[in-house]
Order: sequence, then C-alpha cells, then structure tokens
Amino acid sequence: MTEPGNLIYTLHVNGQSSDVRDAWIGESLLYVLRERLGLMGSKGACEQGECGSCSVLVDGELVCSCLVLAAGAVGQQITTIEGVAPAGAPSDVQQAFVDAGAVQCGFCTPGLIMATHSLLERSPEPTEYEIREELSGNICRCTGYGRIIEAVQRVAVARRGAQ
Amino acid sequence: MTDTALPTDVRPGRLGHSTLRPDGVAKVQGTFQFSGDLTADGVLWGATLRSPHPYARILRIDVSGAWKINGVEAVITAADVPGVMTYGLIDQDQPVFASDVVRFVGEPIAAVAANHPDACRRALDAIVVEYEVLEPLTDPEKAVDGSFEPIHPLGNVFRQQRIVRGDQTIEGPIVVEGTYELGMQDQAFLGLEAALAVPDAGGTGVELHVATQWLHEDRKQIAACLGMADEKVRLVLGGVGGAFGAREDISLQVHTCLLALRTSRPVRMAYSRHESFLGHVHRHPCRIFMRHHADHDGRLRRVEARFVFDGGAYASTSSAVLVNGITHAQGPYKCENATVDGWAVRTNNLPCGAMRGFGVVQACFAHEAQMDKLAVAVGLDPLEVRLRNAMETGDRLITGQVVESVAPVQRLIRELAAMPLPGEPVGGHDRDPMRLPGGAGRTADVGNVRRGIGWAVSIKNLMYSEGFDDYSTARVRLADGVATVKFATAEVGQGFVTLAGQIARSVLGVDNVVLDQIDTQVGSAGSTSASRQTWMSGGAVDGACRLVRERMFERVALLHGVDPLGLVIEGTEVVDTVSGLRVEVSEASAGIEFDETFEHHHRPTEDLDEFGQGNCHTAFAFAAHRAVVDVDPELGLVKVVQVATVQDIGRALNPLSITGQIEGGIAQGVGLAVMEEIIQVNGHVKNASFTDYLLPTFLDMPDVVIGLVEEPEPQAPLGAKGVGEPPTVSSTPAVVAAIRDAIGKDLTRVPVRPTDIVFG
Repeated sequence: MTEPGNLIYTLHVNGQSSDVRDAWIGESLLYVLRERLGLMGSKGACEQGECGSCSVLVDGELVCSCLVLAAGAVGQQITTIEGVAPAGAPSDVQQAFVDAGAVQCGFCTPGLIMATHSLLERSPEPTEYEIREELSGNICRCTGYGRIIEAVQRVAVARRGAQ
Repeated sequence: MTDTALPTDVRPGRLGHSTLRPDGVAKVQGTFQFSGDLTADGVLWGATLRSPHPYARILRIDVSGAWKINGVEAVITAADVPGVMTYGLIDQDQPVFASDVVRFVGEPIAAVAANHPDACRRALDAIVVEYEVLEPLTDPEKAVDGSFEPIHPLGNVFRQQRIVRGDQTIEGPIVVEGTYELGMQDQAFLGLEAALAVPDAGGTGVELHVATQWLHEDRKQIAACLGMADEKVRLVLGGVGGAFGAREDISLQVHTCLLALRTSRPVRMAYSRHESFLGHVHRHPCRIFMRHHADHDGRLRRVEARFVFDGGAYASTSSAVLVNGITHAQGPYKCENATVDGWAVRTNNLPCGAMRGFGVVQACFAHEAQMDKLAVAVGLDPLEVRLRNAMETGDRLITGQVVESVAPVQRLIRELAAMPLPGEPVGGHDRDPMRLPGGAGRTADVGNVRRGIGWAVSIKNLMYSEGFDDYSTARVRLADGVATVKFATAEVGQGFVTLAGQIARSVLGVDNVVLDQIDTQVGSAGSTSASRQTWMSGGAVDGACRLVRERMFERVALLHGVDPLGLVIEGTEVVDTVSGLRVEVSEASAGIEFDETFEHHHRPTEDLDEFGQGNCHTAFAFAAHRAVVDVDPELGLVKVVQVATVQDIGRALNPLSITGQIEGGIAQGVGLAVMEEIIQVNGHVKNASFTDYLLPTFLDMPDVVIGLVEEPEPQAPLGAKGVGEPPTVSSTPAVVAAIRDAIGKDLTRVPVRPTDIVFG
C-alpha cells in the first residue's frame, strides 16, 4: 500500500540490517517482522500485549512486538526467535522445551523461548515462584504450564552444572 | 499409581515410551508453519464484515464504498455464494453471509480482499448496512416455553429430549436438589483462525490450507457452498495452534475460498482475537435443575434433572451436546431410575458448539454438587457417598445402555484419596506474598484466608454417538525398512503425530517412520474431538500396519519356507518362533513396497428413543479430581493451590503426552471454575479480548499431581482410552467444591466470581 506517509527505514534484526520499504507508518514491529522481513517465528495471538506470543528482544529487553511500532525500533538491536540459535541446532532452552514435553500446539512457544532466555539471563537460578511470575505474561492454552516450568528448571540446573 | 503389571522397559520410540514430538524442534525454533504463517506470491488479504447487532433485519447493503478503497480486489456478499447458502455440522442452518436477518453479534455479512490488512479494514468501514434493529431473544427459557416469536425459520428449539427410566414414583427418603448454572467458556486457542486459499487455474477448483479439526467434513461443507464437487476442493492441514472444539465448525473456510475464486489469486484470511471470540462456537451456557432421591445410607434411588442449553443463533452441534449432557446426568454412579428433560435452544447469543468435555462438563458440575449435598444430608464423607454409588463395568446407564468399558471408579477414588496433599500451609513456608489469593498486595490479612478441599468424579463418553458411522482411515507403506504413514487426522497439538510413529515402529519393527502430509488425499479420519483420535486414528494406523506386516510375513515365509503364522516382530527383526530364523525388517522389505489402507470403525451405536433409551454411546472413560484452594472470603479471591487427579486411561501409550493432556485439561477446568466467561448483555459481547476474558496464567495454575490407572480397555484397538476430555470435566466441580468447603456457601454457578464469594 503506497500512500503518503510511507517511507523507507532500516531495522537491525538478528545482527543483520534490513530495509523496510513502502511500509505504512502504523505497522507494528510484529507485522513488519512477519510480513515484510519474512520472519514468521514471532506469533500474534491477542494484539494487545496480553499473551506474549510475539515476544522479541529490543536492545536486550523483552517486549511484545505487537505493541511496538516498527518505525520506532529503528537504531535498536532486535532479536527474534530466528536469532536465538541456528536452524536445526536448538539452544539449551529450546531443547529443554522439547525434552520436557513443554510443547503441544507450539503457538505460544517462540514467545516463551524468548521470555525464558531473558529470565535466565537476568536470574540464572530462579525459584519456581520467580519462574511463574516472570513468565506470567506468556499465555499457554495447551500445557497447563507444568512441563514448561520443568523445562526452565532443567536448563537452570544444567547451566549450573556446566559452570 | 500405575499398574506395574504392564511392561515398563519399552524401546525408545515405541508404544509405552515417552517419545518426543517429531515437530518439537521446528516449534521451539519458530520454523513450524502455522496456518497463519502461510503465504503465496501475489497473495491478497481477506477480511469479514460482521453484524454489530444481536438481532436485526438487513434493509440495505451498499458495498460501493469499499470498491473506492485503494488496493481492494473483491467485495462479496450472500449474492456471490454460488452453491448452498448455508452450512452446519448437523443442521445446515447458518448462512455463509447474512442477507435478510442477522442473528448474533459478529455474524458475517460481507467479505473483502485487498493488498494490505489495513486496506481491508478501511474497505469494511466503507460498506454501508442499514438495519432495522429487533429485540433479541437472549433468555433461553423463552425459547423453551415458546413465548418468543421464532428468530429462524427452523424455530427456536434445536432439540428436546427426555430420559424416562424405571420407577417414576420413587421419592426420597433423602432428597437433595439444586439449580446450577455455567457461563459461556471460550476455547481461546492461541493460534487464531487462519487460512490460505489457492484457486486452480480457470477457477475450477481450490486448494485450502487451514487450521481445522476435521478436513473432510470441512471439505464437504465448503464444496456444497462453492457449488463444486468434493474432489475439486482439496484441503491441506495448516499448522494448528490449538483447537479444543472451536475448529470443528466452519469459520473462515468458505469466505477465503470464495475470495480466492473471485479474484483468481491466493487469499489469506486471519482473524483478530476480537473476531475470533465472535467467529467460532463456544461452550454452551447451561442451566440445570437436579433432584436426587436416595436411601438413608446414601445409595441413589432416582435422579431428576432438567437441562437448558443455550445454543445461540445457529445449530452447530447443540443437539449432540444436549444428548451428552442429559445421558451423563447420573454421573459415574449406579442409578436405576431417572426422569430427565433437556432442551437445546436457539437464541441471539453467540453460537455454541463443541468444547472439550462437550455437554458433560455441564452435567458433571451439577451432579457433583449434588453428591456433596447428599453426603451432608446422610452424614457421610464426600468420598464415602461416591464409593457407595460407584459405577462398575456391567452397570446400566439411565439410557438402559450397559457400561461395557473398564470402569474403575472405586479404584480412582481410593487412589485419589491417597495422593499427597500440598506440603505448604496457607501463604507458604516462605511467606511469599505471590502465594496468596489474588497474588502480592491483594490479600489484606493472611489470617483471614481459609483453605478448602473438594472432590469430583466423572464419566465421559468417548467417540461419537447416536448411530453415527464413525471411522478413521490410514495408509501405510513399507519399503526398505522405512514406513510411510498417511492420514487426514488433524494434529492440533495433542500429539497424534508422535503416536502414529510409535504405532508404526512397534507393529512393523522399524526405526524410521515418515509422516506424509495431512490432507484430503486419503480417506477421512473423522474429527480430532470427543477424545477419539488415539482410539480411532490409532486404530486405523495400527490396522494398516498390521496388514502391511501380514504381507511382509507372507513374503518372509515364502522366501524361507516357514509358516507365516509363526512369525513375530522382535526389535527390528522378523523372528520365526518355530525355527529361530531372524530377518531384519529392512531386509524383509527390501526392493518391494507393501502398501495397505485400513479404515477403523468403532462398533455401531443407536439413536435414543422417545424415552431416551438406547445404546447411544460407544465407550466411557472415568476420572477423579481433588482440589485444594485458599480463599479470601472478604475480597472474594481464590488461589487454587493444588489439583490432584487419578484417571482411567486404559493404557499409557505415551506417558509424557498424557501428562500434557491432563495438566492442560485441568488448566481449562480451573479456568471455568474461577475466571473464564464470555459476558453478554442483551446479546452484546462485553469482553472479546485477552485483556477482559481472563485465562489462567502461570500464576493461576495450581500444582498438579497425577495418578494413572492402567486397565487396558478390551474394546480399544491399542487398549488405550482417550485422555483429553476427562481432565476438564471433573476438575471444575472439584475446585468449586473446595471453595464451598472453605467458605460454607452454596456457589451454584461457574465461573465463581468474587461477588459470589463475598455476597453469595
């Protein structure tokens, strides 16, 4: 849709610079990541920052990309699920989610992976209540959360053992 | 808790092992393609114009404004539907687009296709619809008593069904009664409705990639509306982000295909969350009166009940939900005599249909409240009154049907009672304020918080009922030690893709299983609903694998001069139990392809007669739940601390998957108990968003303790019962019973709201 007010800007996503052309200024970061940059791993499920499915890191901070204007993220470092680990070589968090049975339909999973990496970065040995509080912005409708908590705890234990 | 007589040393990847999902890595890496991630060159976006009124006559639709929006390629209304104008799973009473009357808020009226979602939004805004707003029918009792003019040519009653069994004169000596209500629950799957339709050249057919529960049923309804032969409409399962019943009905399927055929271009449609709340069917709100007659020792003598299910504007599966509700009115208890009346009615509320538990959730909430009342009335412990009445294999239901399924109700209750209680006192040893009702900073005084314990037990039918010829199809090919499995079974997150591989590995002795694309290029699998796919599609894959194995055994027997009847699979080898001959399966299938297709049908069922008698159900599963809650009675806040469960599963084919189904099912049961409800006022929806429709988060979800009862089900192809629904059915009444135990109030309605606790 090329109309007045459209513009070209550059986003830094997963270590690469990408030009966004002919975009409507009102497009969310989630929309631009998915529809203009082809990064479909971030999911939209509520469009109002309630479910966390669209979680990405902007300058290291966990945000709901549905609530961020793409044009407002210019000059910041954006990390999406695609930037967490190379395809076919899952991160420890990703592998723990698979191993612990934390994935069913998988729609909430990319957002939860982002949130878990962020949590363990800030708090390497979270208590169960800390995990619940920190991840409470991510809704999962399939699992009842039990296996996800298990996955996060497994990563914390494994990382401690590796030190 | 599990039956240790069953083998526990199973090989990785085979039945009984906690095999991991084959799609797991793709899902954690974000590369798994959900239906909303699918796109194509030259794709357009589609969007739907919906009614703002619950009931109104359409006087005029003017779409000319939409065409003036830059980027718009199609605008369609009812006049553009080439085939049948209505659709539906059981009765085809729902219009593809409303043209004369709208009957619920959100009913589709028109659709547009454009090059950007925002162009679609502007085009919808530019369509002018003039309405004559009518007074909506929102009280289901007015549909029952006939006091409201029909809001649809087919009338306001979808179905009325009675159950009359045994001695109708029995009264007392102990009588307990109550009226119970359930609000409208939303399935709230995370992956919003989405589809990609790609038209064939020349517009003679269409391929639809869609997130659904039942590809072939969708195809049948879509093809009828498109005026095309079934084979011109090919469906491919787009990655499904949860379902829970909400994808059993058509939502955007026909609209997406129509727009693609009209524009001769691929079209994507994707609902917003708000639209999703309006655009799919929900769990029926229900009002239930129950009166139980019992002896002084607590044994049930007769159950009386009256059910009114609010089906909303269109039929969907209301008639089947009704039958599920009324036929489960007795619960998992022996009862010889019954008088039950049930209605499923049409109103101008949101349409209702399938959701996990399908009518039985409603019945169980009522009968379990009644069992607790009965326990009090006869001075028994709530578990003792349930044990005394517990159903066993061979007992008759109030429909006259004999329960032939394994029915370990007493065992479930006894094992549940032995499950560990929470180790933490109110507020926890660590005094973390997050443990309190409402979380940190909400509960005023820890000393006021009261703990309660509640129990509930359930019976749930498995598979389809009332004479439906329910089947599933699978095709299995084996060549050079690799098995390729093809089915149309909708993988919605439950893990059938994991189980299918386990079955093939176990039956065929292979390590390498390839799953073919899930689409309509093979026979129907039926719906991923009614806890049926492990049994039905599991049975189909098992059956096809057994046919292939038979062919392979014949070949080995011929080549080696042995009796095929002496051959078995051990590990990855074909072994002759007579001669000791061992041949690797890869060798036995070298240079040849065995290719077999199998349809698994469950045994036939019957319609109910006018007295509600008949063998209408296929099989049953049972579950028991115990909930522990902390309640702040002054602020009306509840913290569900723990839910313990023991479930009758037949056989654990994948223990990790079962854990996931049970924990997830309990989450939805807890949600219905204390927070989830679509609120409608005079037909208008007040909370169609995740900000206002509350779902359990990590902080709301209790600890779950699970026990499994493994008594293999003789009727089931793999000995396994479906496990998806029972966790949802009896967890809700257990939580509410626990809140009653904490505060001593009746609490006859779910979700239990703070005002019910404070002022109830």
